Amino acid sequence: MITAKLTGRRLWIAALVVPPLAFMCLFLVYPILSAFAYAFYEWRGLARGEFVWFANFHRVLFEFPFSERTVNAFKHNIFVFFALMVLQNGLGFILAYCLWRELWGARFHRIAVFLPVVLSTVIVGLLWKLFYHPLFGAVNATLRGLGLGSLAQPWLGQDSTALTAIVVANAWHMVGFPTLVFLAGMQRIPSEILDAVRMETESEWVKMTKIVWPLVAPSATVVFTLLFVGAFNWFELPFIMAGVDGAPHGATDVLGLYFYRTAFGSMSASAENFGPGSALAVLIFLFIAVVSSVITVRLRKREIQL
Amino acid sequence: MRKTSDTGGLRTLGWDGLIQILLIGNSVVMLAPIVIMVFSAFKTNAQIFQSPFSIPDFTHVASILRVWNETDFLLYMGNSLIVTATSIALILILGTMAAYAIARYEFRGSGFILLFFLAGLTLPLKLAIIPLFIQMRDFGLIDSRLSLIFIYVATGLPTAVFIMTGFIRSLPNELEDAARMDGASEARIMWSIMLPLVRPAMVIAAIQNVVPIWNDFFFPLIFIQNNDLKTLPQGLTTFMGEFGTDWGVLFSGLTLSALPIIILYIALSRQFINGMTAGAIK
Repeated sequence: MITAKLTGRRLWIAALVVPPLAFMCLFLVYPILSAFAYAFYEWRGLARGEFVWFANFHRVLFEFPFSERTVNAFKHNIFVFFALMVLQNGLGFILAYCLWRELWGARFHRIAVFLPVVLSTVIVGLLWKLFYHPLFGAVNATLRGLGLGSLAQPWLGQDSTALTAIVVANAWHMVGFPTLVFLAGMQRIPSEILDAVRMETESEWVKMTKIVWPLVAPSATVVFTLLFVGAFNWFELPFIMAGVDGAPHGATDVLGLYFYRTAFGSMSASAENFGPGSALAVLIFLFIAVVSSVITVRLRKREIQL
Repeated sequence: MRKTSDTGGLRTLGWDGLIQILLIGNSVVMLAPIVIMVFSAFKTNAQIFQSPFSIPDFTHVASILRVWNETDFLLYMGNSLIVTATSIALILILGTMAAYAIARYEFRGSGFILLFFLAGLTLPLKLAIIPLFIQMRDFGLIDSRLSLIFIYVATGLPTAVFIMTGFIRSLPNELEDAARMDGASEARIMWSIMLPLVRPAMVIAAIQNVVPIWNDFFFPLIFIQNNDLKTLPQGLTTFMGEFGTDWGVLFSGLTLSALPIIILYIALSRQFINGMTAGAIK
């Protein structure tokens, strides 16, 4: 009787757990594991060829023209990461601090700052592409209206500004996210601590740097890690705003674009480079996994010390 | 949260004033692009170029009608609805099943299964697109909505399981035990007693997934070539290309695409903000 009941329960648990697990294995785990395996094979279109050890990796890292593009795209990703760190997460922290004080209208400001986050990257990308238009775009129109017409320029059309212009659009789109994560962190600071600090100092600056910042460290860990993963996965926004080649002249080329181009770029000509593409995917994946776990571990350590 | 203006006098007032200015300035920067987009939808090309910031004549709906009637906008919207609704339904059903088993029963490997789902939170599936493409081709799912739905379910399940496991664990045991004493089956207990209580967590899990799925561009780009199956973000790039010089139509297309989610967001801002930041705030 007891065993019958136990088997029944076991079956019931299996019935609950197996379908979702099967889904995960089939469409998430299996493809990711395959991505590692595929990188070691030669590919002719969609057909898998011979096992070629590290040949694909060698091509992507050391052979022209792949190597040059890899380095170029990687440099751009690093720039994107640091620029977004300052613009998106930095502003996010300041905005969170401002919202945290619950001044009049804070609720409205909180809704406003998060509004762009719910928009599709495609909408944001196309919208800002129109805004950056050298002749008719709103960005140059604003500059002219402010009497700064001399600063008007083809933002997306020249090497020196194109990547920064896309980064700014990204910061506008996503700044609400770190803002609200930081804000949630600040709202969890116990009021006793703040009262104690108020006895010690009147300086808002001291309060912010010595108390608020260290105590929102857990939020910072989350936000930094997500930004790192996002910056090295970056694809949609540059694809929409600059195109798959990273126009102009590869000035906006990033690893995501380069990976897509290598794997699927010439699909119509049925000459995909699935081999180097897979190697590139594995390298990006490993880089993201290793660095983001180092970031997380190091920042977590800091959290405990404080 | 707390007001400090009573302690610091003028100095604090100045600090608060500065903050207020910063917040207002930021809200202007956040909202202006959206306002310009909506305004431009009601303007002619000439008006957009000559006075980009003026308030338009809102009765001029020619561009909006063109998008509505002459493009496949409604088709794309319908496809997005089908794909998103199906994916969310599956995520909630499968996610609740897994979370319920993990949270309510003690069995060997339950901790491992939870970890397995949590690991899925950090895996960028985008980078496995080559194997996914080959796999979908072998299943005959290229140019099929099912390819998108399967991928969205796989990427959405970890967040759903993560959020719901935590929530279901916090539910009290008493109701369940009482029902078990009365001889109710496990399925009956789950369906009639526990599930009604899980609804708040389901709402958060749904919102957290609905935005990225509705907005996704990458997977349709790879898997959908047939125009009749394109989703809204993907279709939007198509007709932005076709109407490249008619800015009134371009802004109308963007406005029509953005409006549903903007309205939904403004109506349910609290749920949206809670839902979308839930994973990052523990």
